[in-house]
Amino acid sequence: MTIPQDYHRWPDEHGRFGNYGGSYVAETLMAPLAELTEAYLRLREDPDFIAELDRDLKYYVGRPSPIYHAERLSKHVGGAQILLKREDLNHTGAHKINNTIGQALVAKRMGKPRIIAETGAGQHGVASATVAARFGLKCVVYMGAVDIERQKINVYRMKLLGAEVVPVTSGSKTLKDALNEAMRDWVTNVADTFYIIGTVAGPHPYPMMVRDFNAIVGREAREQMLEQYGRLPDVLTACVGGGSNAIGLFHAFLNDADVRIVGAEAAGEGIETGHHAASLAAGRPGVLHGNRTYVLCDDNGQITETHSVSAGLDYPGVGPEHAFLKDAGRAEYVGVTDDEALEAFHLLARTEGILAALESSHAVAQAVKLAREMPKDRLVLCNLSGRGDKDVHTIAAREGVQV
Amino acid sequence: MSRIDRRFAALKAAGRTGLIPFVTAGDPAPQHTVALMHALVDVGADLIELGVPFSDPMADGPVIQHASERAIAKGVGLADVLAWVAAFRQRDADTPVVLMGYLNPVEIHGYSRFAQEAVAAGVDGVLLVDCPLEESAVLAPLKAAGLQQILLAAPTTAPERMARLCGMAEGFLYYVSFAGITGAGHLSTGDIAARVADIRARAEAPVAVGFGVRDAQSAKAIAAFADAVVIGSALVERLAGATEADDIAHRVHGFLQPIRAALDTH
Repeated sequence: MTIPQDYHRWPDEHGRFGNYGGSYVAETLMAPLAELTEAYLRLREDPDFIAELDRDLKYYVGRPSPIYHAERLSKHVGGAQILLKREDLNHTGAHKINNTIGQALVAKRMGKPRIIAETGAGQHGVASATVAARFGLKCVVYMGAVDIERQKINVYRMKLLGAEVVPVTSGSKTLKDALNEAMRDWVTNVADTFYIIGTVAGPHPYPMMVRDFNAIVGREAREQMLEQYGRLPDVLTACVGGGSNAIGLFHAFLNDADVRIVGAEAAGEGIETGHHAASLAAGRPGVLHGNRTYVLCDDNGQITETHSVSAGLDYPGVGPEHAFLKDAGRAEYVGVTDDEALEAFHLLARTEGILAALESSHAVAQAVKLAREMPKDRLVLCNLSGRGDKDVHTIAAREGVQV
Repeated sequence: MSRIDRRFAALKAAGRTGLIPFVTAGDPAPQHTVALMHALVDVGADLIELGVPFSDPMADGPVIQHASERAIAKGVGLADVLAWVAAFRQRDADTPVVLMGYLNPVEIHGYSRFAQEAVAAGVDGVLLVDCPLEESAVLAPLKAAGLQQILLAAPTTAPERMARLCGMAEGFLYYVSFAGITGAGHLSTGDIAARVADIRARAEAPVAVGFGVRDAQSAKAIAAFADAVVIGSALVERLAGATEADDIAHRVHGFLQPIRAALDTH
């Protein structure tokens, strides 16, 4: 078998994944980004740092997360076997903590006492507030005013953890605006502040660093597959907003040419309606938030407002490595609608007793679609990136139920 | 010699400090943008920075972000901005115009197409905030067409990088007076003076200082050591809400005249 290229060599020293990525930021940020890149490249080879990270991932986060064979779901679908990588079982209930633990440790070693973060659904905000408490750092979370309204529970969780939540009222008042605002805070306070970006977007080194911290998901999964099933899965699937859980699962398998890789983007009310957040499936190459990637924008280059039932996928860009993998033909990216995600949410709840996050429900819906078309002896590995407790109110409201 | 170079040469010969106002194209009233540009010149602007509205202006503060949002809500796009510069050029062949904004509108418009249209309209330079030196390869068609790329330098810029920026600067070098966003407060002129003196010793291009210049007093303090002073947020704030051309011209005059006078008497 020939491997067309080594996908693990990206990004290059400029932070580029082929034509994507890079550092499209104002001059003021070039020095702090260079400082961060230098520190991170040094730390990721530092045995003390690695040992400290591994300890926290094991005893604080609760890793490794299991691969679970969803037998009743698979039987119901009647096709390939669906396996779930249970990132929902991590401390704080999602994959996000893999990254925040890593970045908080980098912050600590860089001597930055204050961390800031942006958040959409609130999961990254909670994961950041959590590690700030764990390491004794001050934490400020920027969150769009619209998101604050639809994710009240997570806002309160962040406050309980000692973080300050700052509402962002500019632009569309959602995740992208929170990112703008956090970047402004960082520009102004770089001396004592570390910016924990929650996804594989932003300027270099963030897409690389966030990927590296989430790549434990795929490394574990690859070993677990070989151990439990004696082989690799036939297909991987994960939901893609910014794309951190997806790249986390995909990365270890990129050079396994026989493993098909499918990312599920939020098609919202349907891509044809224009109310969606499917940057790869329906966007075009552009520059947003410090990197070149696929973006959703109009013909004037203005970033357009997105829609998804899941706040965590409601983002008009996507990590540059996904843009690269799409163009290279190594991964496919397809849309899953709000309705399909909700149907998958209910199906998983009833057949397996698992409430998946609405984000992850997009991946479950895609896993079901893929499995349905495949023989029973094939394996579909789906990243169950987070648990759905946070979404119970959203689902109830959508279905007209008073809780 | 470019229009920008000629203007700075003339300022130097006259021993004057340049005044560079920034306004967001299409704000406060799209139909009066050209009149606004002429009003800026009438009160003594030496060069105009015209902001191209963008939905996600990461390096700007709330004043300029809101101006962008207002312009976008009225449908203002890059094509309008170019048309306004062309209209401005019918009456003013001398005042340099630099478009200031972010990369995505130019990327989506197409670099070659933008370069051609901008030169035809009479644009002299571009300051693309999120396109640092390292990513400037995409701007090759702009340079080939004769547009000057205005580079930014900041207090956080490391010494060896500053040397590179000074060596490559064309038109003028825009020194961001502090690490922050546009429109924020406090300036420590002593620190800025030392940095700018260092840059002027190394760069052939003149140095304009911006970020945080709000009034005649702060402009005058900067004029003591800079080739030009950029005033953005404070002006945009003053213009917000005006709807009539007369009112816009009146506000421009009221705000910039004392600053012009202060620059000329320093």
